[in-house]
Amino acid sequence: MATPVLDKPAQDATASHLITITLRVRRFLPEVSDEVTWEDFALEIDPKERVLDALHKVKWEMDGTLTFRRSCAHGICGSDAMRINGRNRLACKTLIKDINPEKPITVEPIKGLAVLKDLVVDMEPFFQAYRDVMPFLVTKGNEPTRERLQSAEDRERFDDTTKCILCAACTSSCPVFWNDGQYFGPAAIVNAHRFIFDSRDEAGEQRLEILNDKDGVWRCRTTFNCTDACPRGIEVTKAIAEVKKALITRRY
Amino acid sequence: MSTETNAAVGPVEGASLYDVDHPAPIIEPPRQRTRKTPKSTRGNFELAAWLFMRLSGVVLVVLVIGHLLIQLVLDGGVSKIGFAFVAGRWASPFWQVWDLAMLWLAMLHGSNGLRTVINDYAERAGTRLWLKGLLYTATVFTILLGTLVIFTFDPNIR
Repeated sequence: MATPVLDKPAQDATASHLITITLRVRRFLPEVSDEVTWEDFALEIDPKERVLDALHKVKWEMDGTLTFRRSCAHGICGSDAMRINGRNRLACKTLIKDINPEKPITVEPIKGLAVLKDLVVDMEPFFQAYRDVMPFLVTKGNEPTRERLQSAEDRERFDDTTKCILCAACTSSCPVFWNDGQYFGPAAIVNAHRFIFDSRDEAGEQRLEILNDKDGVWRCRTTFNCTDACPRGIEVTKAIAEVKKALITRRY
Repeated sequence: MSTETNAAVGPVEGASLYDVDHPAPIIEPPRQRTRKTPKSTRGNFELAAWLFMRLSGVVLVVLVIGHLLIQLVLDGGVSKIGFAFVAGRWASPFWQVWDLAMLWLAMLHGSNGLRTVINDYAERAGTRLWLKGLLYTATVFTILLGTLVIFTFDPNIR
């Protein structure tokens, strides 16, 4: 019987449920070499731990030069999106037992953004696209003296896209974005969707005009990679389709 | 320059070219979005192109499957096709319009598809320009030639 409390049981009981895994990390150390290499780390770990715990174990006990981002470590901050076994996931939400620990587990930085070191990428182009869709409430007229009220149905309309944590798992899984960084990317469109369909917001038309761009929603090829990658389960491709539909119905 | 220095460093030294003060160059992804990214390509061209692809696709299913059935399956199949068969069909304005619509829609649909492929995959502006130039030239040539043939077809030509 495996117990989640590690301190309590006797030594052998704790050791019995540890397994040996191979963590295959794609490493880039600019101060050592310009070459990107795969490095294997063999470590003992509880299969119910997360990939992030394995990375911590490597960084804290084996190789302190391993570099990656993480903040809250509980799937909220969106810092530790990485490509695990060829799929974009959050390292803090992926359990070792769910990704076939018998084989080496590959960990790579997310694609389509410049790698700065190991698993750390330059997120600036991603956030630039986010800023470009004006991700804030825009209203006209005087400020009300109380809250801006909204019906439950109106709130429900954009509920799905409010869940975005800006981890870039969707955008960096998009083949169009890999080849052309000028494309806004799914995450920016999701965050535009969140305000376009908000009944309190008054700049929907402006945002639609921004996304009507050459590099806007029309570059989406509906490959559904973004929907598969989203760690929050947002139906990203559906949100993009809704923006397309809004553009068509508003124009004609 | 890097190859030169690589060759200069002997295996004896074994020292890395890079250190904390001289880190290796970072590989930038193609055409990154920056603050200066050209923002305004105003106009509804991409919207129209997207809609056209959907609508022409639906129409083309009918046109092309009908075309294939008539040409290859029904009434003797491919063996019946000859100059006389084409001449007989184009005597009727209905088939002229059918073939003309198919020519225009298929060419525009196909070249718009290729245009998006070029946009997605060609990384350098120069490559894009040339590939698209080639594509548009071929499209215009084929459409014009096809249209000319349909309208000026003479069954009594020797």
